[in-house]
Amino acid sequence: MRKELGIFALLVVLCIVVAILNPRFLAPANLQNMARLIGMYGIFSIGIGMVIITGGIDLSVGSVFALLGVILSIMLTQWALPGALAVLAVVAIASGLGLLHGLLVTRVRIQPFIVTLCGLLFYRGLARFIAGDETKGFGSAGGFEKLQNLATGSLFHVPMPFVLMIVIGAVMWVVLHRSVYGRYLFAVGRNEEAARYSGINSRRIIASAYVLSGLMAGIAGVVLAFYTNSISPSSHGSFYELYGIAAAVLGGCSLRGGEGSIIGIVIGAALLQVLQNLVNLLGIPSSLNFAVMGAVILIGVIADQVFERRAAKA
Amino acid sequence: MTIPLLRMAGICKRFPGVVALDHVTLEVGGGEIVALAGENGAGKSTLMKILGGVYQPDAGSITIEGRDVAIHSVSEAIGLGIGFIHQELNVFDNLDVSENVFLGREPLWGAPLRLVDRQKIRSQTEVLLRRVGLSVPADTPLRKLSLAQRQMVEIAKALSLNARLLIMDEPTSSLTLTETARLIEVTRELRTQGVSIIYISHRLAEIEQLADRTVVLRDGRNAGTLSRGEINHDAIVSLMVGRDLQHFYVPPETAGQTDRVQVRNLRTRRYPAQPASFTVRKGEILGFAGLVGAGRSELAQTMFGVDRAVGGDIVLDNQPLKISSARDAIKHGVYLVPEDRRNTGLILELSICENITLPDLSRYARAGLVARDAEQKRANEMCDKLNVKRPSVGTRAANLSGGNQQKVVLAKWLSLNPKLLIFDEPTRGIDVGAKAEIYQLMRSLANEGVAIMMISSDMEEILGESDRVAVMHEGAITGILERAHCTEEAIMRLAVAIPRAA
Repeated sequence: MRKELGIFALLVVLCIVVAILNPRFLAPANLQNMARLIGMYGIFSIGIGMVIITGGIDLSVGSVFALLGVILSIMLTQWALPGALAVLAVVAIASGLGLLHGLLVTRVRIQPFIVTLCGLLFYRGLARFIAGDETKGFGSAGGFEKLQNLATGSLFHVPMPFVLMIVIGAVMWVVLHRSVYGRYLFAVGRNEEAARYSGINSRRIIASAYVLSGLMAGIAGVVLAFYTNSISPSSHGSFYELYGIAAAVLGGCSLRGGEGSIIGIVIGAALLQVLQNLVNLLGIPSSLNFAVMGAVILIGVIADQVFERRAAKA
Repeated sequence: MTIPLLRMAGICKRFPGVVALDHVTLEVGGGEIVALAGENGAGKSTLMKILGGVYQPDAGSITIEGRDVAIHSVSEAIGLGIGFIHQELNVFDNLDVSENVFLGREPLWGAPLRLVDRQKIRSQTEVLLRRVGLSVPADTPLRKLSLAQRQMVEIAKALSLNARLLIMDEPTSSLTLTETARLIEVTRELRTQGVSIIYISHRLAEIEQLADRTVVLRDGRNAGTLSRGEINHDAIVSLMVGRDLQHFYVPPETAGQTDRVQVRNLRTRRYPAQPASFTVRKGEILGFAGLVGAGRSELAQTMFGVDRAVGGDIVLDNQPLKISSARDAIKHGVYLVPEDRRNTGLILELSICENITLPDLSRYARAGLVARDAEQKRANEMCDKLNVKRPSVGTRAANLSGGNQQKVVLAKWLSLNPKLLIFDEPTRGIDVGAKAEIYQLMRSLANEGVAIMMISSDMEEILGESDRVAVMHEGAITGILERAHCTEEAIMRLAVAIPRAA
């Protein structure tokens, strides 16, 4: 809990500072847009967080977005599939890819970094090949405004992706922090061997985390595709996996596994978006975007270490 | 009177909330082996850490050859000729023997390039290896050495630093019987070379064999000193606990006769050509003796399903079992208390409560959600029953002593319904008080009808606690002895596979 409070305080302070420096930060349009992005990033960050809690990592998410975007566009514009079916199919594909990663990690015993790095390369290449390296969109297809509502619509002025994230976050909070499955995830992440000696099917638990990550990537991928409304297969979603990892780490997940919380991950995702916003609003050259993010993550992690050591001494 | 090599006098050390040492005195003469005994928490480690420069004492003096010294750091301790052989070895298995011995102070040549003089470290290492009686080439990769051999490398390293006083902390806790005998021999040899040794061990038989003097600590104070002639098992134990432990081991009352578990031609992956067959009777403790590497732990792991069986059958209460994972074993009431309690027995970072309920968490859950009250209530019950000393069941398992950790592992299984309990080195690194409790518990479980297998490298434990003893050698069971025929010699002969009465 202490960790989440720390990063939450950082988020609040940052918001206040930006709001003071540029009151436009609090403009409804800005807040809404930011909430939309937080929602989208938050969803897949939760998925990546699950994998990180098992001691693994998922680098494939960004490329999965590109692949899903391309496939979604083809399904809707060329095959004219019903919207709901296409969305379901895409989410199922993403979960299937997660399952594949999980099986490669647990059955073939390849390191998660390698498995998902290969995924990162492979799906990007596949997306570009399928799309013929051309930008895909949904322009010509009609009748899926309802679907697009998922990305661009609002519910009582709250952007849909944010609502989605809250719902998914609430469900995942119960799953991770209150359910038997969640306890197993932490146990396996801490010490797979001891978990196995306690009768836990650790391979299945680990593989399932990758499926969850795939599922979240599927949902976020659909939202992202509708949000950008055009998918350029060589750049769509690139680096997104790193945002997810950064959000999870900022939110208290340890890359060694066995540590982390849903609330922390969500706050981590929010913090990253506020930082982006800060760069835009304060007139910092956008070329410094990544540098600012890198510096803040580093400072956050160092501060956490310092507090941890203080607490250990006390 | 001669001046002792080391004299620690009036040493006090306080930690927040505890007085770890209260005016403790310890003297070690030149070429003397002093055993330091005491239960866990008696202050042995703290005293040795002060000597090794890890902790600073709050009060008291340390003199070496009559000279007052203050030891502020580990390197100062080394500079004074004090070598520390830790229980967990600090060796690098990606380096070779000589590189380990000279790590951090390699002789150099080719001045500006700072190249390692490999010739020199090898020849110097070989001299040291002869002193500790280790006959391997100095360039052997460390990972090819056994644990016992690695320990010798550590000792060689201490000697290379001109150690005059070696602190050996539980050096035999993971050695086999023959390796232990070998270590004792080397320790004696070092004494004749004039090296003094402070020897910490829970195995009182070793202390009897080895020590010139035994200093016993209890609750951070000197409880007494026994000279060579006075050292015996009972005297040490009564000083350690301050009372006579009459029922240390709990021998069987009546041997059960019905078979509860039958193992037929079980073959492990380690020794696929050696089928093992035996039965465990209802209510008996079947001891498993043998050298480390005899395949005892592999047998246990195979029966528990964490290792795949190559072939064979396990029959429990006349029901053949199909065990292909720990889940299966647990479902059938077959549980393992593993040797490596810190890595496989427990998840140290989880709380006591979470560890205890892990195998059957669904029992405390409704619709997949854990009912924390029920879970904690159960954990508290189990901890009370097993006398686990704890601040609360929310305490992380890592913060418990070895004995209490072992009790948590047991609590985990006893909250289920054990039919066969396999203990692998149940009391390794556990203090005498907790040991006695674990023996009592084992016996009362046996009396309740649970079949118990107890793998142990501690001969006293095997002899004191088993109804029968199965002895293994290189994967095969070379004999099963009834309690009446169990002697150390008979077991050792089978363990090294000398045929009985040739």
